[in-house]
Amino acid sequence: MSGFPDISIPLGNIADFVVNFLDKNLEPVFDFIFWMTSTTITTFDDILNFLPWWLLLVFIFALGYFFQNATSGLLYAFLIFLVGSFGLWEELMITVAIVLTAVIISLIIGIPIGIWMAMNRASSVVIRPILDAMQTMPSFVYLIPVIFFFPLGNVPAVFATIIYAVPPVIRLTELGIRNVDQEVVESAESFGSSRMQILTKVQLPQAVPTIMAGVNQTTMMALAMVVIASMVGAGGLGEQVLVAINRIDIALGFEAGISIVFLAIIIDRITSGIGNRFQRDKGDQ
Amino acid sequence: MSVKMKLENVSKIFGPKPKTAIPLVEQGKSKEDILAETGNTVGVYNASIDINEGELFVIMGLSGSGKSTLIRCLNLLNKPTTGSIVVDGEDVVQYKGEALKEYRQKKIAMVFQHFGLFSHRTVLGNVEYGLEIRGVSAEERQEIARQNLESVGLKGWEDKYPDELSGGMQQRVGLARALANDPDILLMDEPFSALDPLIRREMQLELLDLQERLQKTIVFITHDINEAFKIGDRVAVMKDGKVVQTGTPEEILEEPANDYISEFIKDIDRSKIIQAENIMIRPNALVSLKDGLKVAIQEMESNGLSSVYVTDRKRQLQGIVTIDDAIQGVKEKNSLEDVMIKDVATVKKEDYLEEIIPKAVESTYPIAVVGESNRLEGIILRVHVLSSLVAEDIDE
Repeated sequence: MSGFPDISIPLGNIADFVVNFLDKNLEPVFDFIFWMTSTTITTFDDILNFLPWWLLLVFIFALGYFFQNATSGLLYAFLIFLVGSFGLWEELMITVAIVLTAVIISLIIGIPIGIWMAMNRASSVVIRPILDAMQTMPSFVYLIPVIFFFPLGNVPAVFATIIYAVPPVIRLTELGIRNVDQEVVESAESFGSSRMQILTKVQLPQAVPTIMAGVNQTTMMALAMVVIASMVGAGGLGEQVLVAINRIDIALGFEAGISIVFLAIIIDRITSGIGNRFQRDKGDQ
Repeated sequence: MSVKMKLENVSKIFGPKPKTAIPLVEQGKSKEDILAETGNTVGVYNASIDINEGELFVIMGLSGSGKSTLIRCLNLLNKPTTGSIVVDGEDVVQYKGEALKEYRQKKIAMVFQHFGLFSHRTVLGNVEYGLEIRGVSAEERQEIARQNLESVGLKGWEDKYPDELSGGMQQRVGLARALANDPDILLMDEPFSALDPLIRREMQLELLDLQERLQKTIVFITHDINEAFKIGDRVAVMKDGKVVQTGTPEEILEEPANDYISEFIKDIDRSKIIQAENIMIRPNALVSLKDGLKVAIQEMESNGLSSVYVTDRKRQLQGIVTIDDAIQGVKEKNSLEDVMIKDVATVKKEDYLEEIIPKAVESTYPIAVVGESNRLEGIILRVHVLSSLVAEDIDE
């Protein structure tokens, strides 16, 4: 008989207790967060729906033209046009609004944390394993507590997305700042700069290309969460994929799926184009 | 000359508990023992140096000798573990917060080995940085930055980015950036060692010109003894975190403090360090123009010379007369002025040996050393030119 001895550590119960405790005692806080987030999403969605469809295509073309070239711009506009032709225009807008909101909140949280980790080795040591956990923990696991705090819908989706998508921008912000040439930081210090001046005038500008790579990664990961997030009620393309799975509707599944892929391609190229632009700005002028 | 910066027993120890290493250092234990015993690394130990106002002070040592650590103590990029650094009557080691910022902003600036330029800023943006963080208005600081760029020969490059410039030009930007703050003290941490030899030589000369104009107090770090002796008014030699010897290049050359330094200066090109005044001697005999030929012959005979220099009453050099010409002249009833050779090789007191050697080769007479208004200061025997080229311990 070599079974595991009858010891039970109630880690699961503790997690359960903590979530319940937070839910009961911090309700106003969560209500506020809910209100903020849902307002942001709705505002984005409203703006996107208010704009005529062709203007959006022109805008996509302009982004592609500005950060890549004319051919890319045309291609991106065409891909978006295809998505519209699948009858998924409104879903696309909701998905874009959710992803944008999640990315913006991720950056607002992530960049300062990354800076703090670069400045303070102890915080880096503590936060790193948390980031590992956020990236490796199966997303379904934190979908459960998130729906405790917020009603089903787009808001819990955004928060589940943030948990998954925020680590890259934190890591790359830290890396970018740490990798700034020591002599360059020393030279700023030798002129009597304050810590804040060193950060804003030297370290952050020098780290911009790396931070932009982090922004790109974060955006891509946010997009990757679209389908899973729809399980807690997020609308948009992810929801269509979910519906297609339930109905075994191959045509809808494929159309919604390929639309997500198109969106991913466009967002990836444009954000990395922005990153390259920052790198080029200091060189070839 | 007043002391600008006085270092007393400055030590810098890196590691978990720097203070624990101090007693061990005082017991004279080696770097390795201290590292093994306490886990601390001794960067600089007990450096005491006086740096004078307006001098170019060179700290020389091989890598790991602690020279870069020491120079970083001067602007507190490294805070000394013990000791004091007194600048203008105040111990800067005690500076914190605002006082430290002000010290760095106004009194001291640094030039870095790999330039330490901000690649995201233009050349102008780099040079105005120090003024920018002091809160100088954009217009004023750009004006100052432009002037400083012009003085290092980079007019017209203001809007380029550092990576578009060659290494030599980048270091000029570094220099202009440091000078834009108009500091009293300029720290230069191996500023030319990342440059290729031709550019390095050019920059050394430019630095000397600049120093002539600006009269800053410069602390210059190098691992190259030739560079140290070429540009340094005084040189401190460091080894294993300690200052082994401080002195003028000539003093170190003539009296190396220990074998380590003797070994070092073996490699040195003495012809670039030794100046005419170091090897000239007072002439045994001199004749004045009014003395005439007979006196000249007598002087030469009584001193056993085959030639003698001729000066006027103010000791201005007129020429040289040989014994043969003098005797011939007396027979032909010529005057001293007729027979003396007027076209003689002369050097100045501060000329280096490398400039004297070609003249010594061509001339058959001793070389005259002249000062202001052609005043004869001394003469250099050709044999001394040769013997000064070899180190002391060889000719003994």
